[in-house]
Amino acid sequence: MNPENPVEDILREFILSTYLPDETPDNLRNDTPLQTSGILDSLATLGLVAFIEQRFGIALDVLDTSVERFDRLDDIATLIGRKTAQKSSPPEGARS
Amino acid sequence: MTARHLADYLEASALRCPTRPALVDTAGLSLTYGELNRQAEALASFLAARGVTPGNRVGVALPKGIEAVVALFGIMKAGAAYVPVDHGAPVERSRQILSDCQVSALIGDSRSLRLLPADGEGPTLCAVVVVGPIGDDCASHAPHVTLFESALDGGGGAVSHDRRPSDLAYIIYTSGSTGTPKGAMITHGNAVSFVEWCSSLLEPGEHDRFSSHTPFHFDASVQDIYPALKHGASLHLISDDLGKNPRELARFIADRRLTVWTSTPSALMLLLQFGNLQTHDCSAIRIVSFGGEVFPVKHLRALQRHWPAPAYFNMYGPTETTTTCTFGRIPSTIPADREDPYPIGFACSHCRTLVLDDAGREVGEGEEGLLHISGPSVFAGYWRRPAETTAALHDRDGARWYNTGDLVRWNPGEGFTFVGRKDGMVKRRGFRIELGEIERALYQHPRVREAAVVSLSDRNTGTQIVAFLSCVDGDAPSIVELKTFCATKLPTYMSPDRFILRDRLPKTSTGKMDYQVLKGELAVSSTQAIPAGGRR
Repeated sequence: MNPENPVEDILREFILSTYLPDETPDNLRNDTPLQTSGILDSLATLGLVAFIEQRFGIALDVLDTSVERFDRLDDIATLIGRKTAQKSSPPEGARS
Repeated sequence: MTARHLADYLEASALRCPTRPALVDTAGLSLTYGELNRQAEALASFLAARGVTPGNRVGVALPKGIEAVVALFGIMKAGAAYVPVDHGAPVERSRQILSDCQVSALIGDSRSLRLLPADGEGPTLCAVVVVGPIGDDCASHAPHVTLFESALDGGGGAVSHDRRPSDLAYIIYTSGSTGTPKGAMITHGNAVSFVEWCSSLLEPGEHDRFSSHTPFHFDASVQDIYPALKHGASLHLISDDLGKNPRELARFIADRRLTVWTSTPSALMLLLQFGNLQTHDCSAIRIVSFGGEVFPVKHLRALQRHWPAPAYFNMYGPTETTTTCTFGRIPSTIPADREDPYPIGFACSHCRTLVLDDAGREVGEGEEGLLHISGPSVFAGYWRRPAETTAALHDRDGARWYNTGDLVRWNPGEGFTFVGRKDGMVKRRGFRIELGEIERALYQHPRVREAAVVSLSDRNTGTQIVAFLSCVDGDAPSIVELKTFCATKLPTYMSPDRFILRDRLPKTSTGKMDYQVLKGELAVSSTQAIPAGGRR
């Protein structure tokens, strides 16, 4: 695992322990397709969404979790990074 | 009027209330009864002109939407039976189904053109009707393909054919133990008997708004479509995407003020867990009906806290008995100390029941036996499977009985309690799964030497499917690879939750796979090895 990608590792650990028991971490790469491969079905995807919202304190909407945008650990990590940044910086115009 | 045919219901409503909305899709587009009937008639007349004749089968491979319902009625009005296939299932499986029942036409979208036999491999269909744009990738099929709108343009009148209750209405495929799905043939007489019973239970009216959540290849859909359209109610079609998104779905239920809800317990548990139900006013719901799997009581109790008003019904029935043959009403307040799932209840008024032991003797109160069903909703047999049909049906006391294969116990207070199965079949998310079909799929992987699939049931978490494997030269594929492989061979609901790799699998003294040993290992290890946060 790459120590520079802690978000990916947090997600990987959750997916492995919850949906892929007995799998070795190296087989779930940052670019492994999750939804399109059948690793996460719709139920499991919801579980991952709930985990992310709770763990990172962000809200994901429908478009965020579409199959195209929510299919690889690296893409999901980028999404989390963007949402976290939005949360910590107030919207335009709100600054004094 | 007494209906003999499912299309009679639509026609009667189209006469009585032509301007009322029959269908409303996820985006809010609607179709009136008059227009639905007209479009279905035009489609029927197109199919008939192309050579579809009464008794033919026509495949439907469409996502949930207005066109899909028009297709069902168009096919039935042409005198043919519809064969719904899972729009999202692996191509190989759907192809197998369409080829097994020798469809003479297919109604699909551009994606489902992949299901057609390649040129020169198998019979040419007399019509292929496609909803939506046809992409470049289907150019090779283009000469045979008619756009859905063009098929409706012909303006032909009603197709006339004798409507008999013994005509097939639909064939729905269920998982088969030999590894290939088998088609249960349901006649109009079967379906009408069920719709009449269902109407007496739900007492629908023109102002009801029904959910259509279950996909058409799952026969619970028969409970949404036909009782709603018989009574001039509106049917609210829930797209596949919306169905998978509990937050949006909860909002949809509230915004549409749905009054009658039908789904699997899994779908309701998702709404409960992820739907933020406390923020949506779903108080218009007067009936919640569920079936297809066990509803864990703690979740059912939690749902009742959010939605206290509706009547809750637990519906039970194999596809072979047309959707539902026994049902139980859940008390309006579930006792706090109840942990056992609610029973499957009592026979519907159009069905008779018997509980028999292996020797065909009736068992007494409280004893386990196999549930047998008789009555007008018992199916006509499996398509082109005479041996399996004979095995499933038998005559007794001048009536035809279907052996459900489900072990039950009877007591006068709660009716039938589902105990389990003797064979390798499990039910998950409303679908029947033969574990042998999963094994056969796994054996197709080049590195799999032995495969044994077992199920593990838990009162609170439902059914888990576990695959034990041994591999060629001990060279095991990764679990990620196995999951990915399964997704190409099996529908998602059949994919194992867990893979356990072994050097070799245990055998009995006669050399057969020893499933009891494997199940025993799981029972011992389940408390530690399967994570608590795992799949429900």
